[in-house]
Amino acid sequence: MLLLVLKRILLGFITLFIVSLITFSGVEVLPGDACTTYLEREAYGAALEACYERLGLNTPAYERYISWAAGVLQGDFGYSLSGEMRINDVLGPRVKNSMVLASASILIGIPIALLLGIITALWRDKLPDIIISTITIFSMTIPEFISATLLILIVAIWLEWLPGIVIVPTGVSISELLPNIILPVIAISMIMTAHMARMVRSSVIQVMASDYVQMAILKGVPYWKMVFKHVLPNALLPAINVVALTIAWLLGGVVVTEVVFNYPGLGRLVIESISNRDLPVVQALAIILASIYVSINLIADLMTLMLNPRLKSLQIKK
Amino acid sequence: MTLEKEQKKNNLDKIFEVIKTMASKPSGLIGLSILLFHVILAITSPLYVPYDYKAIDPSLMLQAPSSEYWFGTDSLGRDVFTRTILGGRTALTVTFFGSLIALLWGGSLGIFCGLVGGKIDEVVMRIIDAFLSIPWILAMLLIVSLLGTTTLVLIPALGFFYGKGIVRVARAATHDVIAKDFIVSARARGHSNLSIIWNEILPNVRDAIMVEGAMRWSWMLLGFSSLSFLGFGVSPPTPDWGLMISNARGLMSFAYWAVLAPIFGLSSLIIGINLTADAFAKALGIDRSTKAPV
Repeated sequence: MLLLVLKRILLGFITLFIVSLITFSGVEVLPGDACTTYLEREAYGAALEACYERLGLNTPAYERYISWAAGVLQGDFGYSLSGEMRINDVLGPRVKNSMVLASASILIGIPIALLLGIITALWRDKLPDIIISTITIFSMTIPEFISATLLILIVAIWLEWLPGIVIVPTGVSISELLPNIILPVIAISMIMTAHMARMVRSSVIQVMASDYVQMAILKGVPYWKMVFKHVLPNALLPAINVVALTIAWLLGGVVVTEVVFNYPGLGRLVIESISNRDLPVVQALAIILASIYVSINLIADLMTLMLNPRLKSLQIKK
Repeated sequence: MTLEKEQKKNNLDKIFEVIKTMASKPSGLIGLSILLFHVILAITSPLYVPYDYKAIDPSLMLQAPSSEYWFGTDSLGRDVFTRTILGGRTALTVTFFGSLIALLWGGSLGIFCGLVGGKIDEVVMRIIDAFLSIPWILAMLLIVSLLGTTTLVLIPALGFFYGKGIVRVARAATHDVIAKDFIVSARARGHSNLSIIWNEILPNVRDAIMVEGAMRWSWMLLGFSSLSFLGFGVSPPTPDWGLMISNARGLMSFAYWAVLAPIFGLSSLIIGINLTADAFAKALGIDRSTKAPV
């Protein structure tokens, strides 16, 4: 058991190591580097040399990778290009803002998703299922920027209930931030809820068709007792992994949503740093987002392992 | 009739059979019709657009929908109807060829990994895992911002990033058939690996891979439009829904029509592709409802 956990953690680190290699060599291989983009047209002769000298780009790539990776391991991402700020200082408030947005969406989204998923599964192909499923499928398939734009148009412009975009400086406190995030949270949790509700639905339907549930029905176990004691514990377990993947997958979508609402989180930083060609920040973001993805998956794997005694003796393969 | 011709005829029959099954349910029929409508529109629209899509006229700025301008005009005085019916052409072309590339490389690498197994398989799957954990949008934005936003960059880049999920599906499908008797007997007959892949494995994993490819198509369309929306897709003045939404968004309190028209175009196409892909999966007997969107 312990060995299995350790192996999963080790695999996570290997994945992150490969990610760091990919991002580093990707930035290395693609045309243009930090100095040519920073100096733009003046990128020749002495100025270029001086810039290379200052940023240490003269040394071979593997040496730079080692010193960069050593820094990252100690939690130091080096300096950004524009403004020459420490990347840690740039990232800090952004990470916090995005965390607030993500946790609010997850806290709201998961209970609603569970409820909707169970309702649609128990009343399968009846009116509640048809209505809810149609809505969830719609909000799953429509791109984030469309649902967010429609939300702004309807709630902020036509109904004038809430402000349409977030106008706060990057470093505000959480209490100042909260009133501003209602619309972004609705936009994100709507899509997330839809995805998760679909997973829960199909998982519950599968369990309802299983032999032991049929057996319970034949034994005359009351319906709701059967649902809560036999169906849900077995149905929600496999959903954990899928929910984790969904959350991780939405990291990409959060970028777009943050841009639509002008929200000062990691997503907008992705766009800003790429527009400024601030490659050190892009590298740092890639590592951070990949770490979030890997750890969400790891937590989900471990949770399934803890909750399912049958798996403890088996080897989990991804 | 020769054997080969008969084979071809059978394949055609099977395709018709699948399409018939897809169209037999209302959701599949709706999906197919929407998709067909968009494809025909994309091919033929340049023949009958009422106005020039790039003609800027300040005197016509932000006109409300009228009999003359069905969907109104945008902030540069361009006809929104013209731009909307032209707006799917780039998206459809890029994502269609992108999906083909994704299918080809993802499918072949997946089958290869499933077949050889061992160390090579382990290494490739680690690398795929690593690529999966980098958000696609970050990688795409980086590539596009450094290499440019021409279709020649977008198609292979999207094809590459949406193919890695297919590798897994193809690999799993290959694993399912690899231990079956007919493969073992083909090996015993002394067939080469290539012949086994072509004649024994491919016919058995083709359905799973194609369903995955159809699903990727709709996700790729989503990804492509997001890039356009963020200003990293097609470059103006090319009409494109994502770009149109992003441009008209700032003024939507005055001119909501300039936003709603492209939103309608893009949403209907994505829903059409999704319904078609679902019906396709069901017609081939593959259940995708339990899978995560990775």
